[in-house]
Amino acid sequence: MVAKNAFIRRQPYLWEIPADFRPAMKVPLWLFADEPLLDDALGDQSIEQALNVASLPGVVGRVVVMPDVHQGYGMPIGGVMASSLPNGIISPGAVGYDINCGVRLLSSAIELEAVRGLLPELAAALYNDCPSGVGTKGRIPLSAADFERVCLEGARWALAHGLAEAQDLARTEEDGCLEGAQPEVVSERAKQRGRPQLGTLGAGNHFIEVDFVEQVFNHAAAHAMGLREGCLAVQIHCGSRGFGHQVCTDFVQDLQSAVHRYHIDLPDRELVCAPFESREGQAYLGAMKAAANYAFANRQVLAHLARGSIERVLAGHVRNIHLRQVYDIAHNMAKVETHQIEGRPVQVCVHRKGATRAFGPGAREVPEEYRALGQPVLVPGSMGTASWVLLGTEASMALTFGSACHGAGRVMSRAQAKREVRGDRLRGELEQRGIQIRAGSLPGLAEEAPQAYKDVDRVVNVIHQAGLATKVARLRPVAVVKG
Amino acid sequence: MGVIVDDPSASWPSGVEEIEHTADWAIRVSAPSAAELFRRAALGLYHLAGMRLTATPRHERRLQLTGVDWESLLVAWLNELLFLQEHEGLAYDEIRIVAVDREVLQAELGGGRVIAWTRDIKAVTFHNLHVEEGPAGWRATIVFDV
Repeated sequence: MVAKNAFIRRQPYLWEIPADFRPAMKVPLWLFADEPLLDDALGDQSIEQALNVASLPGVVGRVVVMPDVHQGYGMPIGGVMASSLPNGIISPGAVGYDINCGVRLLSSAIELEAVRGLLPELAAALYNDCPSGVGTKGRIPLSAADFERVCLEGARWALAHGLAEAQDLARTEEDGCLEGAQPEVVSERAKQRGRPQLGTLGAGNHFIEVDFVEQVFNHAAAHAMGLREGCLAVQIHCGSRGFGHQVCTDFVQDLQSAVHRYHIDLPDRELVCAPFESREGQAYLGAMKAAANYAFANRQVLAHLARGSIERVLAGHVRNIHLRQVYDIAHNMAKVETHQIEGRPVQVCVHRKGATRAFGPGAREVPEEYRALGQPVLVPGSMGTASWVLLGTEASMALTFGSACHGAGRVMSRAQAKREVRGDRLRGELEQRGIQIRAGSLPGLAEEAPQAYKDVDRVVNVIHQAGLATKVARLRPVAVVKG
Repeated sequence: MGVIVDDPSASWPSGVEEIEHTADWAIRVSAPSAAELFRRAALGLYHLAGMRLTATPRHERRLQLTGVDWESLLVAWLNELLFLQEHEGLAYDEIRIVAVDREVLQAELGGGRVIAWTRDIKAVTFHNLHVEEGPAGWRATIVFDV
């Protein structure tokens, strides 16, 4: 285990382990945290895992660890790693199995107090309309040709099929489609898993949540995003389902022999990788993009279904029931970007696993309507606690390859949560606090109990104080749907 | 109706114990032989998933899988069972490892249709995975992404 004294406090919220800490390390580790969050990070294998990442070939700048970090497999959740191009690597293990897992936020002008009595009906409608839970199939039959279009076009496929509004795509990272997807390199097995699952939420920590805007911190930005104090918003958290899981599984297995061919020494076999320009590296990139596009389409279909639920339940009770997309952001992805490293622009492959992009004002990747403000950053909290909307900054570009945190971050194992929390009691407690819960599994609900997570307000305060992203608005849940 | 496990909090299969992991699930599997290690790992996977399956009609299957070493073969084996569960709706409570070495596994399986499972397992990972043979037998610690 790494001891606390291995860290040097560089800034009030920035802790460094220098590159000479271990012979294999190629870059330093930068952890953004206050002291209690640093202690949390030292409570599991997170830092060891990040040090392994700092030893990968071609890694440049620094390995960044966010305040919501927790132990994962290979790379910790809440990690950011960049490898230099063209000679660096790409690693499926450093992206993770749920490729383009991400969050979508929709805002509204629906005042909570006008519809509070309808929340039970609304939660039930969302639960019934948006397929969730283990083994659930979607309700959109996809032919093989349609599936390929989803892989190539992402959310654009949904727009062409009447499942999106044009503005949804403009307010999605990469406009909801990564160019260069290669469905032809994806296994038949991955396609078989993906075809029946489009438009499904899944289980685990995925959710659809109805929130209200509790407090606005940046009125100009909130106005631009359609976020109004006291009004409802909807969050959708999910990814590429079995399709992405199988793509990652296939490449993590296939590259086990490739690392020998390329003479790559791995500190952990889950960090398996290939040279970015190699046949194997490019194949993974093309397959990952296909899965990422599937995830963009998946969240788009779920947003369409959620809009239908809202309209059906609230029509006639309030006047404007339209849900306006604020943004859709990925937090498990590898992307080619240009960042300043040692004072010069370098093209890198940025791997974000449990971390979001957080580009600052002026970046051409930020939608035009937000460009002067910075990129919206969506930080869902744990079930029953706050979520946050932030804005990316110039500092994030300089410090973290334009990245910020992705959530609260677990601090308690699932096994411990199940031992300490009863799902039925938790549901009762949350409902007493005015939060409607619809869940397919009570043990699953217990695993996701708020006490299993860090304090999201503390995590966001670190991000804000370190200047990586700034506060726009804080949301509070009133209905949660989980698989 | 046959049941591999109908209560996810019930005790783990023989030779399988749970290991604490912050976000995912991990198990340690011990066995007197490599074949038994692979069999117990499969039962541990099904236990973790909270698998329930029909007793009849029985479904039988033969599998042959390859890997580049013990760890790769173990991951391939468990991922194969996950795929069969999710895509074909089949799980197996009778598992006979016919032959296994560090690169090839042959198994005969008997089971039924999946009625339900309680936990989605996204994948079997290579994270800190070592299949080891020691004086006390064979051991492996497996981390699952959930």
